[in-house]
Amino acid sequence: MKKITWALVAAGVTCVLAAGFAQASTKEEVQKRGVFKCGVSTGLPGFSIADEKGAWAGIDVDVCKAIAAATLGDATKIKYVPLNAKERFTALQSGEIDALVRGTTWTLTRDSSLGLNFTGVNYYDGQGFMVSKKLGVKSALELNGAAICIQSGTTSELNLADYFKENNMEYKAVVFDTHDATAAAFDNGRCDVLTSDQSQLYGLRTHLKNPEGAIVLPEVISKEPLGPVVRQGDDAWFNIVKWSLNAMIEAEELGITQANVDEMKANSKSPSVQRLLGLEGIAGKGLGLNDDWAYQIIKQVGNYGEIFERNVGADSPLKISRGLNALWSKGGIMYAPPAR
Amino acid sequence: MSKSSKKHHWWNNAQYRSLFFQIVLVAMLAGFFWFIGSNTLANLEKRGISTGFGFLSLKAGFGILQTLIPFDESYSFGRTFLVGLLNTLLVSGLGVICATIIGFTVGVARLSNNWLIAKLATVYIETFRNVPLLLQMFFWYFAVLRTLPSPRGSWSAGDVAFLNIRGIYLPQPLFGDGFAVVVWTFILAVIATFCIARWAKKRQDETGKQFKMFRVAFLLLCVLPVVVFFLIGSPLTWDIPKLQGFNFTGGMTIIPELTALLVALSVYTGAFIAEVVRSGILSVSSGQTEAASALGLHKSKVLKLVVIPQAMRVIIPQLTSQYLNLVKNSSLATAIGYPDLVAVFAGTTLNQTGQAIEIIAMTMGVYLFISLLISAIMNWYNKKIMIVER
Repeated sequence: MKKITWALVAAGVTCVLAAGFAQASTKEEVQKRGVFKCGVSTGLPGFSIADEKGAWAGIDVDVCKAIAAATLGDATKIKYVPLNAKERFTALQSGEIDALVRGTTWTLTRDSSLGLNFTGVNYYDGQGFMVSKKLGVKSALELNGAAICIQSGTTSELNLADYFKENNMEYKAVVFDTHDATAAAFDNGRCDVLTSDQSQLYGLRTHLKNPEGAIVLPEVISKEPLGPVVRQGDDAWFNIVKWSLNAMIEAEELGITQANVDEMKANSKSPSVQRLLGLEGIAGKGLGLNDDWAYQIIKQVGNYGEIFERNVGADSPLKISRGLNALWSKGGIMYAPPAR
Repeated sequence: MSKSSKKHHWWNNAQYRSLFFQIVLVAMLAGFFWFIGSNTLANLEKRGISTGFGFLSLKAGFGILQTLIPFDESYSFGRTFLVGLLNTLLVSGLGVICATIIGFTVGVARLSNNWLIAKLATVYIETFRNVPLLLQMFFWYFAVLRTLPSPRGSWSAGDVAFLNIRGIYLPQPLFGDGFAVVVWTFILAVIATFCIARWAKKRQDETGKQFKMFRVAFLLLCVLPVVVFFLIGSPLTWDIPKLQGFNFTGGMTIIPELTALLVALSVYTGAFIAEVVRSGILSVSSGQTEAASALGLHKSKVLKLVVIPQAMRVIIPQLTSQYLNLVKNSSLATAIGYPDLVAVFAGTTLNQTGQAIEIIAMTMGVYLFISLLISAIMNWYNKKIMIVER
C-alpha cells in the first residue's frame, strides 16, 4: 500500500517537473496538431469578427490565415481564440495560443518585459476620438471636462491621460472590458466621447444605432503600430510569423495577386517573383517550410493590398483609405525586407 | 531486539506517531509550495517576463473615474491598488447595509397577514433570486440608465441637486472653521447616550423602573449638535453643482456605475437575505409568541424580547455567507465600468505592467482577507447571541 502511495507521489512530482521543462518548438507543435491557434479580438469589424455562421473575417484574421497557409499549407486549419484586451498577453504567455494577432500596439514595455516579441506591423494606426454630432465639437482640444468611454488594458488609456495633461484639460474615463460594452455606453449617452485606435472607431461606428450621428475627430494623438505577437525564445516560429506578413507585403509590391499568382508562377521572368514563389533561391529552407509557402499565402489569402481593401478599405463598409498603410513606394510606410 | 520488543518503543506510541505524520505532511506541503514558487520564478525568468513587486512604485499614468483618495495620472501603481480597494470596500459596505435593510423588510413582509404585501414580497424574492446577477447588472446599467436624460435635460431637485445619465449631482458641504466643535459635540453625545442607556437598563433590571430613553437620545443626538452648530455661527457652506460645458462641475457626483452596481448587488442579495430572515422567524415556535402574549407583553415587546433574539441565532450564520457572497460578487463591477479592485488593479494595472502573478495574488489575498474579517466579526457576534447554556 505504502509503495503504491510513494509511486504515485513520485509520478506526480515527475509530471510537475516535466511540465516545467518541456518547451517544444511552436512550429513542430502546430504541425503535429494540424491546427494553428490564433488569438483574435472578441469582435471588431474589419479586424477580427465572426459572422452569424461563426466564420471569422478581418485584416487580423487574414494574417492568421497567412500563417496557417505557410505552416500547414491550409489557411482554414485555424482555431480562433477570441480574447479581450486584458486576457491577450496571458493567453500567449501560457501557450493557450500560438500567436496573437489582435490589434496589439507594439511598445517598449510589451516587447521587453512580457516575454513576448512583436514580429512586425500589419496596420499602422493612431488613437482618435469619436463624438456625437449633436455636441458640435470640431476638435479634440474642445473636449475639456468630457466623459470618455474607453476599453481597459489598452495603450489608449495611457495616451489619453498624456494628451489631456499636455493640453491642461480634465476628463472622466469610464472603462469597460470589451469593445461592445464600450460602444454601448457611448451609444447610451454615458460618455461624450469614445476613444480608441482610429480604425477601431470606424469599425465601432458601423455598430451604433445611428452611425451617421457620430463623427471621428481629425486629431490623431498617438502612434499605434499594430502587429502579430509571439512568445520570446522561439526564433524559428518568430521568423515564420514575421515572414508570413512580409510575404504579403512583398507580393503586393511585386504585383502578385490571388488571381494572377498561378499565371505569375508559370510565366513570370522576374527573379524577385521567382524567388518569392519558391522557384529559386533559398525558398522555404531557412524557415523550415515547404518551398511554396509564400505561394500558398498569396493563393489562399491574397497580398497585403487585397486583404486591406477587402477588410477595411474601399471594398468594405469601413472605407478607410490606405494612408500610412500604403506601400513605401506609394506614399505610405509599408515596407518589407527583400525576399532573397 | 527480542528483549526490548516487550517494551513500548516511542515509535509505537500513537501520540508520537500522529505528531510525526503531521510534521511530515506539513513539510511535504511546504516543499510542494516552495517547489511551485521557485519553478514559477525560474520559468518566468527564463522566458524574460519581469517579476517582483518593484512595479508598485512606478508611475501609473492613467486616470480613474472614482477615487476616494487623491489620485491622478502621476501617482504610482501601488496607489491604484489602494484606490481600487477603497472603491471595492465602498460598494461592498453600502451593499451590505442596503441588502440587510431590504432583506429584513421583505423577509418580514413575506410573512405578513396582508395578502397583497405577502404576495409582492414573494414575487420580488422569486424574481431576483433566480436571475443571474450579471444580467441584473446589465439591466440596471444599460436598460434603466438609458431612460435618464442627457446633462442638458437633467432632472433637478430645487436647482441644487441634479440627475442625468452621467450620475447624481449633489451639493458638496464645505466645512468652515469651528465645524470640528459640532463633530466633537456629536461624538460626546453618542458616548453619553450609550452610558445613559446602560445605566437605564441596569436600573430596569434591578428596580423594574423604565426610563424614557428615546426622548433623551433624540435630544442628545439630534437637537444638541444642531443647537451648537447655530451657536457658533453655522460654519458650513454648500458647493452647488453648475452646468458648464459638457456637464455639471462642482458639488459631489455619484457615478451611475456605482448606483447600478449597488442596486444590483443589494436587490439580488436582499432577496436571499429575505429568505434567511423568514427561515429565522419561522424557526421560533408559535408557542413562544403565545406564551409571551399570555404574560401580557405588548406585541412589539414580544418581537423584540422573544422572537428576534431566537430568530437571530438561525439568521446570523446564513447572513454571514450572504455578506461574503456580496463582497465577492462586487468583483463583477468591471462588466459595467465601475472602477473596483478587479477593474482597476487586476485589470488596467495588470495590463500595463504585465505582472499577472503578483497582481492576481495580491487581489486574491485582499478578497481572502476581507472575507475572513467578515467571518470573524460575524462569528464573534454569533457567539454573543448564542444560547447561554447553564
